[in-house]
Parts: sequence; structure tokens; C-alpha cells
Amino acid sequence: MIKSLHKRESELANSKRQLEILSNGIFQKGALPTFKEQLSKSNQFPVKAKKLEILQINVGYMCNQTCSHCHVDAGPDRKEIMTRETMQHILEIIKQTSAHTLDLTGGAPEMNPNFRWFVQEASKIGIKDFIVRSNLTIITANKKYHDLPEFFKKHHIHVVSSMPHWTKGKTDKQRGNGAFDASITALKMLNAIGYGMPDSNLRLDLVYNPTGAFLPGNQSSLEKDFKKALKEDFNLQFNKLFAITNLPVSRFLDYLMASDNYEDYMYALVEAYNPAAVANVMCTNTLSVSWDGYLYDCDFNQMLGLPVNSKAKHISEYNEDLLEGRDIVVSQHCYGCTAGAGSSCQGSVAL
Amino acid sequence: MQKTYYDPADLKKFGKISEWNEELGAKFFDYYGKVFEEGALTEREKSLIALAVSHTIQCPYCIDAYTGDGLQRGITKEEMMEALHVAAAIRGGASLVHGVQMMNKVNKLDM
Repeated sequence: MIKSLHKRESELANSKRQLEILSNGIFQKGALPTFKEQLSKSNQFPVKAKKLEILQINVGYMCNQTCSHCHVDAGPDRKEIMTRETMQHILEIIKQTSAHTLDLTGGAPEMNPNFRWFVQEASKIGIKDFIVRSNLTIITANKKYHDLPEFFKKHHIHVVSSMPHWTKGKTDKQRGNGAFDASITALKMLNAIGYGMPDSNLRLDLVYNPTGAFLPGNQSSLEKDFKKALKEDFNLQFNKLFAITNLPVSRFLDYLMASDNYEDYMYALVEAYNPAAVANVMCTNTLSVSWDGYLYDCDFNQMLGLPVNSKAKHISEYNEDLLEGRDIVVSQHCYGCTAGAGSSCQGSVAL
Repeated sequence: MQKTYYDPADLKKFGKISEWNEELGAKFFDYYGKVFEEGALTEREKSLIALAVSHTIQCPYCIDAYTGDGLQRGITKEEMMEALHVAAAIRGGASLVHGVQMMNKVNKLDM
């Protein structure tokens, strides 16, 4: 298993260095317009936050995998983990939030030692849609995680899981050897208790990220192909497929640079810029909370160290009135969310 | 002077063909778009056919375009290579089948 950029002490482990790369070169020379310039052309700058709908909590960067495209640079060697004290604070916020969706992410959120306690407490509050972004392989990684499907079911969790392809070769290349077989086993376990089944209200959605330096194809076509292949090959079912564009952040940025694909990829993102996607980008209705309680417009800005442009920068200062209407902090990575049909943690935004 | 006949950047300029004949250009691109819409064949199947034909006609622009298109559609490298072998088999077969003509001629003339 590869090590995280942090463990390798790569220069790209530094968010400031990533932002330099994203701001210099082709953007500094004027070969491509900066994201701010592009927004200004269509009178869409600054992008403003609307009413909060989704509260996304990153409970830590620790993960049992080191996927080659991971924008979090997550892995077994990452030690950043949300404490119970911070979770307690977030529970208070969930009680007062107007958000209808709570979205737990990581790393592998299940590896946080307080994950189950937090889910139990948060599910009592009665939020409409409670998502856990599970990488699937964690369910089979260790005996102590084998009961996760039952735990999810008990708390009526909406499971959203990564699955870059319906074949072993492409999946393992992105997510590591053995990831495909482990994911199939985990999906079977989830299906067996009702997740993703036609007559069940237990939702199981899959997330598709391209396995290289190219943009995702049409979401509904991919969903059709995924459903057909997983049904025929493994008798597996799921609800929806979210096609998500890889953003040039962290390990995916490292891959783009190392494979000499960075400039071509940025050209492809800029050429695919769709002003219609800007209206529904996820940062306008989402707030991302980091493992140490700081607030960001999205998980990508969190990884780039770009905090919200608001007086309320930490959960201890949380105030939805202050946060609504804030200017979203943008840089060139944002082109990833406005390319083609747009991209968000809920998939395409401009279908 | 440009040192090569093909420049990858020219692929992005394909649409400019219409600038010198708007009517025919528009008709071509309308037709092109319609051809690749899902019909009796899926868009995915059409993409694989396009990839195979691209290699038959040895068009670097088309190979570039339909390799990328295939990746976006989740087409695997194994599927792409099989499609190419179909193209290669037909192309090779087209040479070889003319051997019948050669054999006919030899059989007619040779004692």
C-alpha cells in the first residue's frame, strides 16, 4: 500500500504549495482564465452561500486505503481524528441547524473510535437524510467492522460508497489490490439486509470517480452500465450512481503532475466550464466541518486550507445567519465542480 | 513553418471548419451529433465502432477523441483492444481476400 503524501513528506502535502501550483503557470501566464475571471465573465462572481442544506462532517483523515486519487490524502498513517469533545459540540449544532442532510466523511469515518457513539447520538436528533460515506472495504477489513451493515440499518443510515468501475482491474488500480473483491463482498452484505434493494427504503448509492486524467461521462449512462454489469456479474443492486469529477487537489494533483497530465487536465476542465453548473455547486448549500472543528465551503477547500469567508470560522463560533450569504472562497480547483454537467458529493448538478 | 502535419491542438479547432462554409458545416455537425445519439445501438457501442473505424482510417484526431470518449464512458482497455482487432481483422482480411483474385489469375494463365 502506498504511503500518504504527508508520510512521504511530499511538497504537495503542503496546501500552500498546492495553491501555488493552481495559481501559477498556465493561469499566471494568462493561457487560461482563473476561476474568478471565468465567473466574472458570466457575472457570477462572487458565488454566494444560500440557505444551509447539507452539513458535511469530516471525522478524520485516517483510512484503511490510500486511493491514488484521494483529495484528502487519507491513509492508515494519518492521525488527524475528531475527538468526542468536538463531536459533542457538533451534536449541539445539529440540533439547531436548518440543514436536512448530515453527511459523514473521512478518511474512513468508521475508523474514528467515537464513530458509533456519534452516529447513535446524531440519529436521535431526527435529521432527514443521514449519510455515511463508507469506502466498503472497511466492512471486511477487520472482524470488528463486520457488523457495520447492521449498525447502518439500525440507525437508518443512507450509505454512499465509492466504486470507480464494475471491473476488478480498473477498481484495484485506483483503490489498491483487493479493493474490488472486498467491495463486492461488502455490497453483498448490504444487499442481503435490504440496502439498495428495489422495495427497501434503505438507500445505497455508489460514487464513480474516473480512474485517470479524464472527466466522467454522462451520469445516467454510467449508472445504467454499472447496474447492468453488477447485476449480471454479481447479482448486486444499488440505488443511484453519483459521477464525481476528480479535482486537482492532493494525491490527484500529485498524479497529474507526475504523469505530465496537469496542464491538459486543466485545459479540459476549463473547456468544459458550464456556467449553468455554477448555480447549483455544492458549496452554495453545504458547510464542511474539519476533524478539528473548523468550517469550510467544501471538503476540497478544507484540504487546501481555505477557511470560510465569515466571522464564524469554527464550530465554537457557529452561526447560520452569519454564514448564509457569505462569499464562497474559490481557486482554480473549483473548475472541477463546474465542468460539463457539474460535480458535487451528490453527483452531477446540471443534468 | 509548422514542422508536423498533425498538431493535437487542431482537434479542438474542428468546429472552425464551419467558418468557411457555415451551411455545410452546420449540416455536418448536426448529422454527426445525431449519428452518435442512442438509437438501435447504444452510445457506448457507437463509441467503440468509432474507435475501431478511427484506426482503420488512421486518423490521429479520431483516435485521440474516441480513446478519451471511451474512457469517459467506462469502456475498458480490453474492450478497446478487441474492437481494434476487429478493425485489424477486416483490414487484413480485405487484403487477403484479394488473394482469390490472384489465385484465379494464376490458375487461368499458369500451365
